[in-house]
Amino acid sequence: MTAAAEVVRLESTLDTSHVRARQPPLSLEAVGVSKRFGGLAALDSVDFKLTPGSFHALLGENGAGKSTLVKCIMGFYQADEGKLLVGGQPITVKSPKEAQRHGIGMVYQHFTLVENMSVAENLVLSRADVPRIIDWKKEKRELEEFMDEMPFRISPERLVRKLAAGEKQKLEILKQLYVGSRIVILDEPTSVLTPQEADEVLGMLREMAYQGRVSVAMITHKFREVVAYSDEVTVLRRGKLAGTGKTRDLTPEAMAEMMVGAEVPRASLERRELEGAAKFFELDKLSANDDLGLKVLEEVSLSVAAGEIVGIAGVSGNGQDELVEVLAGQRPTSSGSVRVDGKDYTPTRAQMRQRRVRLLPEAPLKNACVGNMSVAENIGFRCYDEPPNTSLGWLVRGSALRSRARAAIQEYGIKAPGPDAPIAGLSGGNVQRAVLARELTGEVNVLIAANPCFGLDFAAVSEIRTRIMAARNSGSAVLLVSSDLEEIFALSDRILVMSEGRIVYESKASEANMADIGRHMGGAHH
Amino acid sequence: MEGVDASSIGIWGVPLAVLGGAIRISTPFLFVSLGECITEKSGRVNLGLEGTLVMGAMSGYGVSYLTGSAWLGVLAASAIGALLGALHGFLCGRPRVNDIAVGIALMLFGIGLAFFLGKPLIQPSAPRLPSIPFGFFSDSPQVRSALEVNVLFLVGLALAPALRWALANTRSGMVLRVVGEGAEAARAMGYDVLQVRLLATVVGGALAGIGGSFLSLFYPGSWNEGLSSGQGLMAVALVIFARWDPVRCLYASLLFGGASALGPALQSVGVTSGYYLFNAAPYALTLLIMVLSSSATEASADMPAELSVSR
Repeated sequence: MTAAAEVVRLESTLDTSHVRARQPPLSLEAVGVSKRFGGLAALDSVDFKLTPGSFHALLGENGAGKSTLVKCIMGFYQADEGKLLVGGQPITVKSPKEAQRHGIGMVYQHFTLVENMSVAENLVLSRADVPRIIDWKKEKRELEEFMDEMPFRISPERLVRKLAAGEKQKLEILKQLYVGSRIVILDEPTSVLTPQEADEVLGMLREMAYQGRVSVAMITHKFREVVAYSDEVTVLRRGKLAGTGKTRDLTPEAMAEMMVGAEVPRASLERRELEGAAKFFELDKLSANDDLGLKVLEEVSLSVAAGEIVGIAGVSGNGQDELVEVLAGQRPTSSGSVRVDGKDYTPTRAQMRQRRVRLLPEAPLKNACVGNMSVAENIGFRCYDEPPNTSLGWLVRGSALRSRARAAIQEYGIKAPGPDAPIAGLSGGNVQRAVLARELTGEVNVLIAANPCFGLDFAAVSEIRTRIMAARNSGSAVLLVSSDLEEIFALSDRILVMSEGRIVYESKASEANMADIGRHMGGAHH
Repeated sequence: MEGVDASSIGIWGVPLAVLGGAIRISTPFLFVSLGECITEKSGRVNLGLEGTLVMGAMSGYGVSYLTGSAWLGVLAASAIGALLGALHGFLCGRPRVNDIAVGIALMLFGIGLAFFLGKPLIQPSAPRLPSIPFGFFSDSPQVRSALEVNVLFLVGLALAPALRWALANTRSGMVLRVVGEGAEAARAMGYDVLQVRLLATVVGGALAGIGGSFLSLFYPGSWNEGLSSGQGLMAVALVIFARWDPVRCLYASLLFGGASALGPALQSVGVTSGYYLFNAAPYALTLLIMVLSSSATEASADMPAELSVSR
């Protein structure tokens, strides 16, 4: 098990002396909540019960209905059926403001702080009753007193822009306590944090729950966090309640089965070993600058053998995006070189074709497609200017592209109205399938994939991972950049960690250790 | 300065004239840039303030002529400015409407409308705004004329620090900044972003209208079609130059006003060569300061994050 298991339960150290004359946390109950969008039942008679002073995890795949449930509680949506109870009393919530009046606050996946304002300004502004004229002396004194009571403090003077991601998330949580929320709902609060920052934030939340300040409900899909921090767990699957119970009574396997259901088989990622694979794709001391001219990649050297997947882990914003941009030809290098099979490679269209380098960028609709062009045209981007898709060497034959696209739609199971439909109308998974169809058709020497499964549902994820593995097994050198450690572990043969534009850690996947990787992601190499 | 003879001022006439010019010429710059500062703090750019300025000048002059009260003229100019601001704010509140494009359209609309409605106002003379003779102590006509300070300038002088204080210490100021720095955050706090921006554009338009009335009712003090030589547009640039701070808007306006007075001041002491060159001083100065103060990283820090040019 991971470091998570080592986290000591705080029950024994529960210190009631912190509990002053403050409002006790509340229970929250949703009974038989249903919500439909058009013909789709996003929530189907779901029950959810949050015990006062507990830490409750709400688990489920993308599209399982977690966010819809929470949005019904917060008043973003009105449930079609069912009722809400806070502290046993039925309530109706029509807006987040009303939810706040009932003591329910929410921390979103993305920060809702104002970057260019100070911590103090952000806190004071979040109150329901901002005074007409603000007496900063008095406010600062009260903020100091408030911070003194909290398990974590951030200087009120600091500018939010200058805080680290973990501090911002803690500030979001402090903000909820500051405005007097007694139920805090969090939507994947750790998605932008390092594992260490995540542990600190979640540890602080749990302490607050045990001190009797708040009841916590957290949306997540990370088992590690569920097991280490939550008391109770509720699992949703396809809009229905799939199971609920005390976390300590459930194994991760049991929860996983609730999440994905027994009927969906996990994709078997069969690895085939290739004999004597030479170094195939090499980066030699590659450096590049960001948009402001600051060094963002520092002498990155790595190599990927044919038939190998090398995974690059790291907290987003440490140069991974720029590395992919460099390899995709979207960003100039300042020094260093790239070689494919020993030959120099610069990412031009001609060389990509010649060296058979293919790309699966992040957010494919934005980075790999033209939204208003058709599925057939998008699938044809790599080959529309070659025979048999051209006549006379310059005239593009739409019929040839369409028949190619029809074949791809069939083979990759792309759900599209037809080859002439604009690609922007497809769902995220189907856009990624179309890009896969384009990039993996024909012989592929090098495949560069960046967060290829981000935001996709379970079926699409397993299929896309299977395709990437198949490319590896047929001899492609695969460089996988992902912020999802689970994905890195599922696919990679070798794991590298990138931090501050450098490769700071390397290990075989079979020998890699989550704690080590987490430490290096967080900058332990200093 | 007591008892100094006019002719003995000599070369000192230049800084004195520049000072006087700074006070006189800066007033429209000051009002328009304070107005634009408020609008831009909300995350929206109103490029139409040149049109608002000219409409303010025309309507202020017209109302002053008809009622015999220059102050009623100022009031009318600010009302017309608020109306034009409301039009901009309303149009930009529609989906998929770009504030820059609307601003340019409203600038041309305002100028055209003012010229059309203002035709009969070119001949008659309207009552002008009063001024306070701070130069009473001196016998020197240069000193007296330089220190002939209009009340509107004093209002602007007080308004700049008041605005800076309000942005940091009042609820309205904070809400304005939140809307300009993070619309999502503002919505999450339950503020109506479009409403705040509409109000900010209305207030900005009203201030620009007052700036226009200064042109026709004090300096130069009559209505004609060549009254504004792009002050409204330059004031918008001044806001960037002042990095969205009202007090720096004041300094920038004074600097600009002073630079504009350099040409005439030099001419008055007999330096006539390069007259047109010195008249271009404000523009050269803007370019120079922009180049010196610009930085790849720092300039953007003060810029409201929601401005459509920064997104």
